[in-house]
Formats: sequence, C-alpha cells, structure tokens
Amino acid sequence: MPAFPAAADASTRNTQLRANLRHATHTIRAKRATAVAELDDWSSLRAAGAAIKDRSLRHLDHYLEQLESAVTAAGGHVHWAADADEANRIVTELVQATGEREVVKVKSMATQEIGLNGALATAGITAYETDLAELIVQLGDDLPSHILVPAIHRNRGEIRDIFAEKMAQWGRPAPEWLTDAPADLAEAARLHLREKFLNAKVGISGANFMVAETGTLVVVESEGNGRMCLTLPETLISVVGIEKIVPTFQDLEVFLQLLPRSSTAERMNPYTSTWTGTTDADGPRTFHLVLLDNGRTDTLADTVGRQALRCIRCSACLNVCPVYERAGGHAYGSAYPGPIGAILTPQLRGVQSELDASLPYASSLCGACYEVCPVAIDIPEVLVHLRERVVEGGPVSVRGTRTVIKPAKGHAAERAAMRAARWALDHPRVLRTGQRLASRTRRFHPRRLPGPGRAWSDTRELPKVPEESFRDWWQRTRGESGTEGRKTT
Amino acid sequence: MARIRRALADVPRAETPDAVPVERTYHRVHGDRTPSETVDLLAEHLADYRAIVHRTDAPALPALIARLLADRGATSVALPPGLPDSWLSAVPDAVRRVPDTAELTPHDLDAVSSVVTACAVAIAETGTVVLDAAPDQGRRRITLVPDHHICVIRVPDQVVDSVPEGLERLDPARPLTWISGPSATSDIELDRVEGVHGPRTLEVILTGPPAGPETAGQS
Repeated sequence: MPAFPAAADASTRNTQLRANLRHATHTIRAKRATAVAELDDWSSLRAAGAAIKDRSLRHLDHYLEQLESAVTAAGGHVHWAADADEANRIVTELVQATGEREVVKVKSMATQEIGLNGALATAGITAYETDLAELIVQLGDDLPSHILVPAIHRNRGEIRDIFAEKMAQWGRPAPEWLTDAPADLAEAARLHLREKFLNAKVGISGANFMVAETGTLVVVESEGNGRMCLTLPETLISVVGIEKIVPTFQDLEVFLQLLPRSSTAERMNPYTSTWTGTTDADGPRTFHLVLLDNGRTDTLADTVGRQALRCIRCSACLNVCPVYERAGGHAYGSAYPGPIGAILTPQLRGVQSELDASLPYASSLCGACYEVCPVAIDIPEVLVHLRERVVEGGPVSVRGTRTVIKPAKGHAAERAAMRAARWALDHPRVLRTGQRLASRTRRFHPRRLPGPGRAWSDTRELPKVPEESFRDWWQRTRGESGTEGRKTT
Repeated sequence: MARIRRALADVPRAETPDAVPVERTYHRVHGDRTPSETVDLLAEHLADYRAIVHRTDAPALPALIARLLADRGATSVALPPGLPDSWLSAVPDAVRRVPDTAELTPHDLDAVSSVVTACAVAIAETGTVVLDAAPDQGRRRITLVPDHHICVIRVPDQVVDSVPEGLERLDPARPLTWISGPSATSDIELDRVEGVHGPRTLEVILTGPPAGPETAGQS
C-alpha cells in the first residue's frame, strides 16, 4: 500500500468519489445531530460510556477471565488468538471440522482486519458476505471504505452494474428487471442471499459488545442478515477483539443509546441480537468465540493511545472529518479508515511501514472527530502522540514485548529542523540575530521553497517574515520603561 | 493473558475494577409521561420507522388479527407454541397453522406467509419491541424468515419508557431480539429502503384492557 499522501493524491482527484462521499457524509452527519439532540443527557451518557470502557480496559484481564468462564458455562467454546494468522487458522480449522466448504458472514470489522475471507479461500472455503454493502464490495472485488457503510464510495449506477455483471458468479444471478433504484437493488440482494441463508450450516460474525458478567454477545444491525447468520446455521463462530468487552448487562443501557444515534442516526437500529452461549433448539447448536488480540495489547500498553480501544465502531468521526470526506476510506490502507483509523491502525500494526507512519499525519487536527465521538476518544491527542512516536521513536510494546523503536525513515529533515530550532530557542542571542537577519532580508525571500520543500509550497504561500520580530517590538515599545505588562521581580 | 497483564503495568495492583469510577448521571427516563402518553410515544416512534401500528382491546384482538392476515392474503401463519389460542380464533381454517417446532427448517419457514407473536417488552423512547423467545414468541427464526410479522403488545403493562427500563426487565440468559421497525438498509447512497433480509412488513398491535381510554380503534 502507498503512504496516505500518495493514495489520497489519487483519490482526491476522483470527482465521482468525492461527490458520493460528500453526499453521504453530509446526509448522515445532519441526521446524527438531530438524533443526538433528542437526548438532553447526551454528555452524561458519553461520559459514562467512556468510563465503562476505561474500567473494562484497565481491568481487561479480570473481565476476560470472567467472560471466558461465563461463555463456557453457557455452552460456548472460547479460543484465544494472538494475531491475525492464529485467528485465521483457528477459524479455518473450526470450519473444516464441520466438513462445510461455504460460510455466511455478518459484516465484521475484526474479520476484515485479519483478512479472514482470503485465509478461508486459501483453504478452499468460500465466505459469503451478507451485509448489502459488504456484498457490493465483495462482488465488485473491492475493499470497504467506511466502517458503517463499506460501499459508501459507490453510487446506485455503479452498484447496479456490479450486481448485473457479478451476481451470477457467486450464486443466483441478478434479475432481468434490475434498475438502479435502491429498492430494486435491495430486492436483488434479498433474492441472491436468501438461498445462501437457508442452506448455510456455518455462520461467522463479530460482535459489538461482549458482557463479561453473563457471557452475552451482542450484534447490532439493520438488515436482518445478522439475525439470519446468528440463528439459522448449526455452527456459529464469532471473532471478537478483546476490547469489545463491557462489565455488566446493565452497561448495555449506555451503549445501546450511544451507538445507534452516533452511527446510523436512528433512535435504535432495526435489529439487535443477543445470545448467551447456545440455547436448546433455538439457534446454532455449537458456538465458538475467538478472542482476538492482534495488536490490541500493544495499544493497551500505551497509556495515551489506550483510549483508542474504547471505540465502538460507530463511524461518526468519519462523517465529520474533512480529510476523510476528500480522501475516501481506501487511502487509509486498513479496515479502519478515517480519524479512528488514523490512530487505531498505527497502534495495532505499529508505525514501521511507510503507510502506517503516514497515518498520524492524515488529519488537520481540527478536532471535529473528538466532538462527535460517543465515547470521548481524544483523537487529536493520540494523533499528536503518534506523530511524536513516528518522528522521535521511543519505547513501545510490539507483539507483547517492550522495545525501543527508531524514528521512522523520511523524517530526517524534520528532525534536523527541530534540533536546529531547539538549539536556537535555547540560545536567545542566536535567535535574535537570526530573526533580525530574516527581517532585513525579507525582500529577497522566495515565495516558494526550493529543493525537497517545493511540494509543500506548491499549495501554500510561505508565511511572510514581519518587518520586526516580536521580541524587538516588545523591547522598543515597552521594554525600556519596564512599565506595562512587565513584571519586576 | 500474560501479555494483557504486562500491558497494564501502569495500573496499581491494589486497584479493583470498581475503583475506576463510572458516574451514572444520565437519565433513567427522558421526560415525564403518564402510562398512556408512553404508549402514544411508542406508537409514534414505531410508525416513524415504518412499522404499521394498530390499537385494539382484548375482545377485538382476534378479529383484527384475522383481518390483517386476510389483507395480506396470508395462506399460512407460523405460531409459537404458547400463543393464546383465542388470538387466532377468528382466522379461517383455510389459513394453514404452522406450529413452531424444532423440526421446522428454514426452508419450511420460507414458505410461510406470516407469523404472529407476543413480545417481552416494548420501549417507547426508541420504538423498540423486544422478543425473548418465551413460549408466546417462539424461536428467533420464526419472526425472521416469513415476510410479515404481527407482534402483539399488551398495553400498558408491557411498555416501558426507556432503554434502561427495558434492560432491567430482560433476562440476559435468554436469546433476545430487539426489533425497531422492519428490516432496513441505508447502504445505497444512504437512501433508507425497508425490507432487505428480514420481514418487509412489521405490524404492531397495541392491545389494551377492554373499554379503556386507549381502545379507540386506530388502524
């Protein structure tokens, strides 16, 4: 994957993509504001949501042990996966043990993160995505670009063409009458997927929440495809990030208010399913829970970055982000796009690759993401913290081991400039001389930078150097008399 | 687990989970409503998300159910084992009764026109009906595969105001299905379309005690 600036350079030139994104993000952000305004205790709910997640994270070991015994007691099986490969191997083996070659899937960020579909395909198992947007992505041989609406970058005409062209390769072909009306497209998806639901023996899901106290899992959705996958198959395998845990059943009262209003801007999403282990003759007879680390403990070890694990994947931050709106989700090169992706991905994967090192910079630090976050993740704070890590390196946890990483490549000039600035600021006389020199030569300053700085000044005016430095101005106007504003010690 | 403990090295050993403060200063209920206002709000919010809402009283319930099935041209109806017999008493014998049993396959259900169930609790503020798979609601799949779901809510006793009040009445050990309007998607240009994989039509009957103030037929 290219670094964010390169990917964004291509995507921001795609006018169709920008129009689709602008329409979608503006529509949903306006609706969200209305849905949130209905609850006059939103700030209290938000604070409680953040506090419950903080409690869970600070005592994650305790709650995960409690969850494991509750799920087991309710008839489920719990597996632990340290990374993507291990999770994929566990799921593949579980599917193979059923003898099935096909599985139906509920939209799940965790399985997207670990690339489960690809791993299953390698083992000769076909995974059918059943969320309408994920279906569009899968049929289009594409990648999701939004947490909530993965096919947000596609408009109805494109979706119609994808269905007409590709549905036949995956099962029931698109009907002859298919137009680009959303109702027609939804109907085509219904017909195409129903035969899969009715025959499916294995379902794979994630979960929005896991309740430690009771071992209850929760999936929040709209279409009913989630309910189909959670109740019709004989075997259900849920891959869930360890951070999705909440302590008690009562805690759901907070999140079931925060999540729907933040994500789809509804009072409540059409369907929420909860299940606790297995139930006789109702739903799957076998339930496996695969608890996924994959960088989460490394994130947990960072006391500033830990708050990113509060995320409930509502996607509100994407819809208000000026950078996301223009660059689109693919530029982030991960299952997690937008502001939350810019802090989650480099923490889950580390900042060693060029792409991951560029993500903390994929932001204007405007703070809109923090404002809308229902669990009050201070995304700008974590972005700045991660920028420091990229530039300076330092101690981090990598795959569970404390280590010290070197500064990322490509920031040598920045580091040199910072070192020079630090030195100048530590030497007032040098600073004054430099500033005076700059002021006197201001007529000769170029409007654009030469050399490697040229790209930066392609789109920006260089700041003008003032005639007189602030220090000189202060000295001239107030410094001599020492009266106004100058404290005498 | 060892990794997690290492990652939490900054958390003092003596700290218990309860020592991390969670202030629950949010409201238990938003607003102050009489029971009948709560039922009105439920009806309004259900209708907002395209559920079709009917009001009736206990004596008129069987006739209403019969009419709704007839209006849909239902030829068969799935029934949970614990549904009161009287509810279907006005439905003609020509409409095939499909009892919910473990032998009923998804394919069998796909051939069924409608399903009638009760509910566990309904939440007014969000327009939500919760099913907990009790005998009068049946297994989760019967309200999912048929295209038409009629759900009967006893008012006012099965109706609560808020999500916190709803959760309090539910047993986490049971499989729960929260339903807020029919199946819907907004995946295509964020245009909401009802009816993707679940029932395309959700009809909710608010059934009150006979001759109460809320029994004026409104359907």
